[in-house]
Amino acid sequence: MSTLVTLFVILPLATAFLIPVIGRVINGFQRTITALIFLFLSILSVYILINVNPHIYTYKIGGWEPVNGIPIAIYFVLDGLSTFMLVVINLIGAFAALYSIPYIKRFTAENNYYALLCLMVGGMNGVVLTGDLFNLYVFLEIAVIASYALVAFGVEREELEASFKYQILGGIASILILFGIGMLYWNTKSLNIADVSDILKNTENNKAYLVFTQVFLITGFGLKAALFPFHAWLPDAHSSAPAPVSTMLSGVLIKVVGIYSITRLFFNMFEISVEVSTIIIVLGVISMVFGVFLAVGQWDIKRLLAYHSNSQMGYVIIGLGMGMLILANNGSKPVAALSIFGGLFHLINHAVFKGLLFLNAGAIEFKTGTRNLKEMGGLSESMPLTYSTSLGASLAISGIPPFNGFFSKLIIILAAIKGHFYLLAFLAVLVSIITLASFMKFQKFSFFNKANLSPGRKINEVPFFMCFSMVALAILCLGLSLLIFPGVREIIIDPAVDVLMNTGSYFSAIME
Amino acid sequence: MTLYILCFTLFLVGIYGILTQRNMIKIIIGLSFMEFSVFLFLALIGYIEGGAAPILSKNFESGNFVDPLPQAMVLTAIVIALAANSMLLSMAVKLYRKYGTFDIRKISQLKG
Repeated sequence: MSTLVTLFVILPLATAFLIPVIGRVINGFQRTITALIFLFLSILSVYILINVNPHIYTYKIGGWEPVNGIPIAIYFVLDGLSTFMLVVINLIGAFAALYSIPYIKRFTAENNYYALLCLMVGGMNGVVLTGDLFNLYVFLEIAVIASYALVAFGVEREELEASFKYQILGGIASILILFGIGMLYWNTKSLNIADVSDILKNTENNKAYLVFTQVFLITGFGLKAALFPFHAWLPDAHSSAPAPVSTMLSGVLIKVVGIYSITRLFFNMFEISVEVSTIIIVLGVISMVFGVFLAVGQWDIKRLLAYHSNSQMGYVIIGLGMGMLILANNGSKPVAALSIFGGLFHLINHAVFKGLLFLNAGAIEFKTGTRNLKEMGGLSESMPLTYSTSLGASLAISGIPPFNGFFSKLIIILAAIKGHFYLLAFLAVLVSIITLASFMKFQKFSFFNKANLSPGRKINEVPFFMCFSMVALAILCLGLSLLIFPGVREIIIDPAVDVLMNTGSYFSAIME
Repeated sequence: MTLYILCFTLFLVGIYGILTQRNMIKIIIGLSFMEFSVFLFLALIGYIEGGAAPILSKNFESGNFVDPLPQAMVLTAIVIALAANSMLLSMAVKLYRKYGTFDIRKISQLKG
């Protein structure tokens, strides 16, 4: 079983290598193989999630066993949280790859597109699986460098400018992360996350030194996650990329390289502290509130959605941060568990509905050739499937029952009230209402108003594979509400919550 | 200690370059400054005063060895930075072909 874990990294990387070689000779190879590989990986990850989840698998690259308790090999670790993230990455990746089949045909250089997509997914799978700090940096760079290229894929003025901005800020973030990792290595002489956590716990540490390191790491990963003060690149990059890439960026990349890394390092590696969790909550609240206010005024669909990603990431961060703060204060464990559960639940929900919304925006742009809300209208008759799926996703993101977004927001708000964070609960409700308002604007101007398009343009429904991805994600939007029920919840999210709740047990689970 | 301070100065020079320069190529140079200051820092971590190269030979004597792991890390990081920098430079060249200038104040279509 533990050798199967490596497939998540090997398969996408090998495909990325094969596509430029074989795709040149066999036409259509690149399209089929990418979708098939991602589908296979998502089935595998769901299989692991359902059947063997509470168990932790480690795979030592090269087969080097630890000597005197000191780990030598690079570890791949598959625990509850990693499995959960793998499902998110590969599922959204599979739908994005299926959607790309008709969508990317209008671009040249299809081979490069699919190769870069595979690299990005391979890198993200690596980030989630690795148990080694420097390896985390390497996989993170694989994922983000592929995403720089994908953002600039259109090679027009806007795309290039957005990609340049993204690369400069992403480059600074990578440097800060590398510097933080260097500081940690200097202090502990180890790179294995579990080993570092053990060393930090059992030796006398200089507090100022640790805080200095933590500040660098939070800034670096915060830049990658586009938390509010570091968000400048996100709306440009996410709105300029081709639609399936926006789906991957907004739905998966910022979560994996930003939020997953922050959670893994600050829950499982550092000892949780009140200061860090307060910083995380404050960042989350600022991005939640400011993101939504910036989103309301947008007229470009994808820009509007990108600012909403910023705001919804705030919810996830708040859920996780509140759990951390309650744990650090030795508060009630069930409330902390509820809060972390809400955060993770909102993470998977956001991946699904924001992915779907970006696919809808792509479908609209595919047929009408514009992203400006003022230039479209009346699409509900000509594009019924796009209309109905995007209505579902809009209701989900604004938190209307019975869609999944309602339940995760409800849980986060409940946890905030139970943990006596009344201001947070109030802000979460307020932001949810403004989100609803801004999505009503999106629905009204794109689907209901009188058609405002340039005359003579015939609009009909998008090709089959694009519809298929959108409908499948819309069904998931409804289906994920089931995760709230006991029985389903224990299988899918609770193992991930347990990993974060038992912050100290990461070491013992991996090294023994 | 002087070495660490000089290393950090290099880091600050890089940040200053990124924040104040308006020319894309100069911004990229600033980013490289920051990268190389971190690489120097990583190499310094493993260095031990008077340490020997960490090679296990037949007439092995216990003594001071420099730490080889940061050196491996630096090599990997340099390769990654090379990829990222070449990507940035190619992007800058493409932008120059579209706009006819390297000045980032004139390349600002994305707002809001």
